[in-house]
Amino acid sequence: MRGNVLRKNLLTAMLLAPATAWLVVFLVLPFIAIAVFSVGERAPEGGYQAAFTLAQYANLPARATAFWNTMVLAPVGALACLLVAYPVAYYLALLAPQRWRLILLALVVIPFWTSLLMRTYAWMYILGGRGIPALLALAGIEDVRLINTPGAVLLGIVYGYLPLMILPIYVSLERLDRRLLEASADLGATPLATFLGVTLKLSLPGVMTGFSLVMILLLGEYLIPTLLGGGKVFFIGNALVDLFLQSRNWPFGSAIAITLVLVSVVVLIAANRISTRVSGARRVDLI
Amino acid sequence: MTAVPDIEFRGVTKRYGAVTAVSGIDLAVPPSAFVALLGPSGCGKTTCLRMIGGFEQPSEGQVFIRGQDMAGTPPYRRPVNMVFQQYALFPHLNVEDNVAYGLRQARPRLASREIGQRVGEALEMVRLAGYGRRKIHELSGGQQQRVALARALVNKPAVLLLDEPLAALDKKLRTDMQIELQNLQRDIGITFVLVTHDQEEALSMSDFVCVMNGGRIVQLGQPSEIYDEPADLFVADFVGKTNLLSGKVAGHSGDLVDVALADGTVIAARKRTALRQGETVSVSLRPESLSLGAAESGPFKGIVRNRIFLGSTAEYAIEVQGIGTLLAKADHLIGHGNLFKPGEPVAIGFATGTPLAFPETKNNGTNQRVSKHVEIIS
Repeated sequence: MRGNVLRKNLLTAMLLAPATAWLVVFLVLPFIAIAVFSVGERAPEGGYQAAFTLAQYANLPARATAFWNTMVLAPVGALACLLVAYPVAYYLALLAPQRWRLILLALVVIPFWTSLLMRTYAWMYILGGRGIPALLALAGIEDVRLINTPGAVLLGIVYGYLPLMILPIYVSLERLDRRLLEASADLGATPLATFLGVTLKLSLPGVMTGFSLVMILLLGEYLIPTLLGGGKVFFIGNALVDLFLQSRNWPFGSAIAITLVLVSVVVLIAANRISTRVSGARRVDLI
Repeated sequence: MTAVPDIEFRGVTKRYGAVTAVSGIDLAVPPSAFVALLGPSGCGKTTCLRMIGGFEQPSEGQVFIRGQDMAGTPPYRRPVNMVFQQYALFPHLNVEDNVAYGLRQARPRLASREIGQRVGEALEMVRLAGYGRRKIHELSGGQQQRVALARALVNKPAVLLLDEPLAALDKKLRTDMQIELQNLQRDIGITFVLVTHDQEEALSMSDFVCVMNGGRIVQLGQPSEIYDEPADLFVADFVGKTNLLSGKVAGHSGDLVDVALADGTVIAARKRTALRQGETVSVSLRPESLSLGAAESGPFKGIVRNRIFLGSTAEYAIEVQGIGTLLAKADHLIGHGNLFKPGEPVAIGFATGTPLAFPETKNNGTNQRVSKHVEIIS
C-alpha cells in the first residue's frame, strides 16, 4: 500500500518535473530578477546597480502616456475584437451547415500560418499612402490619413487577434445544449430574449476567455503600434523595448514590467469572477 | 357532444429530405385527456410532439391547437408547454428563476409579486417548496424532473407536452412519478400529451393510447382496448408480452377461424380482418391467458424450461415440441403446490378469452392503416 502510494507520487513528480523546471528557469527566476531590478538604480553606464529604492515606481508617471494608451487601446481593442468575433463564432457554431463548419473554422485559423509581422506589413501598405488613400484620391477624396493613427492600430489589433477571440467563443457556443434554446422558445421567449437570456449568458465563459486572452496579449503588444502607429501611439511594450534596449534604464523598465504584470493579474481575476457569476458555472477555465 | 379538440392533426405528413417521419396522420385529442403516443423509436411520435410544440413544421397538413391553425406560429406564441427529455433546465438559473422564466416573458409584464406568488404555488404543487434558491446541479434527477414540470405548468398552458419524461429516472421513482403525473393531470384538468416508448408507462398513465409505427397511427383506444383487442400483429406484439404462433387457416366456424399450427394442433381464434382459407396467420396468446395443469389435459404439452418468480405470479418458459417456447404466466396465490419446477412436464390450456389471429405481413404491420380518420371523443 505504502509503496504504491510512494511510487505514484514519484511518477507524478517525474511527469511534472520538466514543466516545473522550465517554468522555474524561464519564468520564476527572471520574474524574481525583474522584481529585484525594479527596486534598484540605473548604473551610470546603463543597466542595473544594486540599491533599495522605490524611486522607479515613483517615476512611473513619466510614462503615463504609454500606460494611458495601453489601458485605453487594450480594452477597446479587445472589445472591438469581441464585437467582430461574436457574430462569426455564432454563425460557425449554430448556423453554419455541419459539412462546412470545419472548413470555415480552418479559414479562421489559416492566417496564423503566416507571421504576424508579415501580415502587419501588408496592412502598412494597404493603409499607407499608396494603399487605400490612393484609391480614395482617385474617387476624389483627398488627404485621407490612415496609417500612423490610433484607428490604424485598432484595426491591426482586431485583425491580428480575431482568431484568438473567435475560437473560445465558438467552443462555448458549440457546447451549448440546443434544447435550452427550444425550452426558452417553448416558455414564450422571443428569439432576441432567448439570445440575451440563454445564449449570451451561457457563452460568457468563452467570451471572457477570449477577452482576457486578447487583452493580456494587447497589454504587452509591441509590433502593431510600432508598425501601424508609427511611434505616435506608444504602448507599454514599446516603452519597455526602449528602456531595456535603447536607454538601458533596466530598473525603470523592470518597474513598468512589474506594474504591467500586476494589472494583467487583476484583469484576469476580474474576468473570471464576472463570467463565473453570470453564467452560473461552477468553474471557468480561462484557456 | 363534440367539444373543440385541444389538439387536432389533419392529414399531417413530415418529411426530412427523402425520409418520411410522419405520414398522413389524423388525430383529435379531446379536452382534459391524458393521451400517450406510444411506439418504437423512429415511429414518428416525437416528431408529432415537436410539431405541436412548434419546433417542426408539417410538410403537409395542419396542426390545430384549440381550433386554431398553428401554421407559421412560432413556439413562443403557442399556448402549450413542454417537459423536455432530460428536462433542459437552464443551468445558469436557480430553481426559482427557471420556474419564473416563462412568466417573465409575458407581455404586458406581470407584476413581480404575482410572478413570485405563482412560482411559489407551482413549486408547492410539485412538492419542491423551499428549493427555490437551489442551483439546478444540486438537485437529484427526480427533483429536476419536478422543476421541469413546474416550469411548464406555471404558465397555465392549454396542453402540456411530455417527451419521454420518466426515461432518465430509476424504476421506483418512475412508478412514483407515474402516479404523481396522473394526479396532476386530474387536478389541473388540462390535456397531457405524453410521448413514450415504454408500453407499460403508456398503459398505466393515460386515458387514451395512440400506438404509432412507421410514421402512422396503428391503433387508438383506451389502454384496455389496446391490450385486449390489438388492431394488428404489430400492436399485439409491441404492447405487453405475447406468444405469437404461426399457422394456417384451416376452416371457419362463425366468427371464429380454426388455425392449424405447425405441430398440427388446431385452435379456434378470433379474427380482426377477413382471412382466406389456407392463409398464413399469427395467433397471439397472452401469457396470462394460458393455464397450466398437470399432464394429460389441454391442447399443448411441454416441459418447463425456466421459471421466473414474480411474487404473486410466476412466469414459465415452456418448451412445446413442434411449436417452440411458450411464455405462460400463472397465479399461485392459491398455494405453493401449483408452482412448477424446471424439467417438469406440463399441459397448457386456455384460461380466459379466445386468442386472436392476424394475417402475417412482412413488415409486422407497418403497411397497415386501421382507419383513415381516427377520432376519440370522450
